Amino acid sequence: MNFDPRFSGRKFTSVGTRPIRPDGVDKVTGRARYGADFNMAGQLVGRVLRSPHAHAKIRKIDTSKAEKLPGVKAVITAADLPDLTDGDAAMYDVLDNCMARGKALYDGHAVAAVAAVDARTARQALKLIEVDYELLPHVTDVDEAMKHSAPLINDAIFTEGLEEKPVKPSNVTKRSQFGHGDVHQGFGHADFIVERSFKTEQTHQGYIEPHACVASVSSDGTADLWVCTQGHFVYRQHCAQLLGMEASKLRVTSSEIGGGFGGKTHVWAEPVALALSRKAGRPVKLVMTRDEVFRASGPTSATSVDVRIGARKDGTITAAEATLRYSCGPYAGSWAEIGAMTAFACYRLDNVKTVGYEVLVNRPKTAAYRAPSAPMAAFAVESAVDELAKEVGMDPVEFRIRNAAQEGTRSSYGPVYGPIGIGPTLEAAKSHPHMKAPLGKNQGRGMACGFWFNFGGQTCTDLNIGMDGSVSLAVGTVDVGGSRASLSLVAAEELGIAYEQVKAIVADTSSLGYNDMTDGSRGTFSSSMATISAARNAIKILRERAAQMWDISVDDVVWENGHAIAKGEKHGNLGRLSLKEIAVASGKTGGPIAGHSELVADGAGVSFATHICDIEVDPETGATRVLRYTVVQDAGKAVHPTYVEGQYQGGAAQGIGWALNEEYIYGKDGRLQNPGFLDYRIPVCSDLPMIDTQILEIPNPNHPYGVRGVGETSIVPPLAAIANAVSNAAGVRMTHIPMSPPRILAAIEAKRAG
Amino acid sequence: MRYIRPLSIEDAVGQLAGSAGTAAILAGGSDLLVRMKGGFVEPDLIVDIKAIEGLSEIRETADGFSIGAAVPCAVLGESAALKKAWPGVVEAAKLIGSKQVQGRCTITGNLCNASPAADSVPALVAAGARASVVGPAGRRTIPVESVPTGPGKTSLAKGEIIEAILLDKRPPRSGDAYLRFIPRTEMDIAVVSAGVNLTLDESGVVIAARVAIGAAAPTVLLVEEAAQVLIGSKLDEAALERLAKVCSGACRPIDDKRGTVEFRRKVAGVLAKRAATSAYARAGGK
Repeated sequence: MNFDPRFSGRKFTSVGTRPIRPDGVDKVTGRARYGADFNMAGQLVGRVLRSPHAHAKIRKIDTSKAEKLPGVKAVITAADLPDLTDGDAAMYDVLDNCMARGKALYDGHAVAAVAAVDARTARQALKLIEVDYELLPHVTDVDEAMKHSAPLINDAIFTEGLEEKPVKPSNVTKRSQFGHGDVHQGFGHADFIVERSFKTEQTHQGYIEPHACVASVSSDGTADLWVCTQGHFVYRQHCAQLLGMEASKLRVTSSEIGGGFGGKTHVWAEPVALALSRKAGRPVKLVMTRDEVFRASGPTSATSVDVRIGARKDGTITAAEATLRYSCGPYAGSWAEIGAMTAFACYRLDNVKTVGYEVLVNRPKTAAYRAPSAPMAAFAVESAVDELAKEVGMDPVEFRIRNAAQEGTRSSYGPVYGPIGIGPTLEAAKSHPHMKAPLGKNQGRGMACGFWFNFGGQTCTDLNIGMDGSVSLAVGTVDVGGSRASLSLVAAEELGIAYEQVKAIVADTSSLGYNDMTDGSRGTFSSSMATISAARNAIKILRERAAQMWDISVDDVVWENGHAIAKGEKHGNLGRLSLKEIAVASGKTGGPIAGHSELVADGAGVSFATHICDIEVDPETGATRVLRYTVVQDAGKAVHPTYVEGQYQGGAAQGIGWALNEEYIYGKDGRLQNPGFLDYRIPVCSDLPMIDTQILEIPNPNHPYGVRGVGETSIVPPLAAIANAVSNAAGVRMTHIPMSPPRILAAIEAKRAG
Repeated sequence: MRYIRPLSIEDAVGQLAGSAGTAAILAGGSDLLVRMKGGFVEPDLIVDIKAIEGLSEIRETADGFSIGAAVPCAVLGESAALKKAWPGVVEAAKLIGSKQVQGRCTITGNLCNASPAADSVPALVAAGARASVVGPAGRRTIPVESVPTGPGKTSLAKGEIIEAILLDKRPPRSGDAYLRFIPRTEMDIAVVSAGVNLTLDESGVVIAARVAIGAAAPTVLLVEEAAQVLIGSKLDEAALERLAKVCSGACRPIDDKRGTVEFRRKVAGVLAKRAATSAYARAGGK
């Protein structure tokens, strides 16, 4: 298969239009099936017993009383999930996180699970499980955990990435460093230097749908798993590995998904449900409560970041430096490393250095959250950039334009950029009417930039043409943001048929080859590439069949606007053959017509955005109100502009919640105080203004239509844009996210007190 | 678990008084059902009071208003007479939860849930509302502030039910108001709150006042000193500043996930000022 992924600059018919999504009616009528909407005959209810302690040795678990309770069909502990990870440290951590092995490492860590005939029996059974804990000292704060005096979470951890291997274990699992040039020298050339420290609290992705699955293990060793996930192929690999199954014997079907944002890239409940089903010999449904979702799944890192940036009087940045400390939960991660890579990615810098530290704390295992690690780094850097622009005496947009990265710039994390959108988003922001709108009393405006890598990855797609000429498209990337609509548009575009003739589905793991997860903003980027490839393969067969119907050489048949056309003077009397006509005749010309593709979608173009927002602060209470918000982002090519706008707005909305109110609050006892939507405050509708969007299209040279991923970048600038706006409105620099009313009021009062 | 739906208050009282184990009264269920779903309570007996005659009505009497224990908060907003007489009470009731919750929840339930952060309670306390209690020993009427005794605890004896909340008829030139602080715009719990009820003389001087602060102590605070600060004033800047100071000083808040001690103290004063200003305007003061 010679698939050419290069951008071709074609004119579009379907791509760029805004048809109704194929999953829309089912979703608004309640017919769509999410994780908890699936049931099997004889199904049991699974429930998990969780540690109430932040850090404790598990001396003994006695499940005998629970096992004797009538209606209980299986009780499992870590002993029922033996270690089959064979030296794979990352998978061992996943296993340990699914079911504590010897030590409970955070409030909410699973220690046992039951399957019973109903929820009431399952709840009663949990109460009958006796766990003998030996409490250990705990640490939940990222800075505290780095101190030498901090309780050690894992005494087998010795910091990686240091010049000399340390002799003592530590809560810092890894140090990473990026950059080029000489920052010491660079600061020597600066006329102004801004140096500040910032903190961000831990947030949860806040997906509305809790984790849910139904597992059914047969006595012949095969199994089915119905699950809400961003990547059913990855879940299959992980579950099969943890349970000692062959991947092909485990069929995983992804449900509709009520939000993932990176949080559903990771297994928690699924191996437990499979182990329960295997032991009970019956299907087991396991649905997390919201309390469990907060305590045991998801969250992003809490961070502590120091930034130092210097500039000359003319506004040129001479040096930039950051030290980033990110919490990982109790297991090693690479979260600070990603933060260190993204921190200065928007800028053209001669001298730049970033250092990341991965820090263990007694909190849930950190999981990806939409452009993971980038928003916190951007908050610190873009706050300091704003302050530096003020010091220099330049408009913050002009200052950023002057220092923005361009095509050919060596990025702060290494690679040299191709055509990129940071400059154009800044220019668009500069000339946006929002920038000139008047502000009232106690109101402030802020802006900030953001960067995300984007990802491509392994993708496999089938395109089948029905006998009636309608087209079914089977993809392996879960639809989290309208991708079935976008991919149907792409199939229609490439085949030259109407959008309504295409029906896209997400196929299960037994129906397609392996697909990476829908993460890294890859869903539409990679699956559209695979769909184009599959459609081109189908067109090749369609041409062959037309040639056969006409009895001419296939070399004389071209495909145009959904039709086979015979080229050349000798075929002048042949009419066109539509896709439908060829399909109807296919039974007599060689059977079904299909196009398949398998590829690694390389060349996901990097993505940039600039956000502008206006905030009003009540100086007597610290209350904030978001008055206006504008997102400008490069999409490469917006396949379905409505869903691109939706991604822009969704990322901004999540960023607004993160910036202003969302945070994990731990008590001194190391227990999470707010595991629910009442006190973990995501924004409600009336908290947000209409979020205005502007789509820029700077084609990605590595995609036939120029598409770039758009899902994640929109959450990168908001923390900083809002912090800059609040700081301008309140007259005091805010350095701690979330900027909740008590923090803002305290900052205002401290400034008043001088 | 036994669920009953008695038709008379006497039957409900008898069932509650005679029950063994834990019993719960169900009106809108916006607290009870959430607590049951969360596994925090599992009552042996649930007494649904919605079928009891008269409990779902707002009655206007010679003395004022009697709001039945099963009247949803949304219905309060549909009573023009009640809204005119007690706009502060109605605005407080209409802040509880969400629109959907307001279609179920009741001010009696809000009072008996005994949360110091309950939205309708500071407004009811400021309004001088009373509760009509029916129990095995008969009927009694008590001030609403004597019902909650601490978070989740009430002074009601076994078998006692509040059948109605009573609000007085208004003298001329009266107004009340309620304000709460939440970090969001709706669907939230008060971090701190203030209810103010004023009556003015013909020249606009405050002649009667009640000030209540919520979420700043184990129960809603009726701040007598704050009322004294307002009485005799025309709500000038100096009186408002004194009011804020007194209210801030009266708070006995805690640091918790919703706010700090300093924040609650400061904002209690700010809200008292703003609620007083609103109540004054509603009373016709200029």
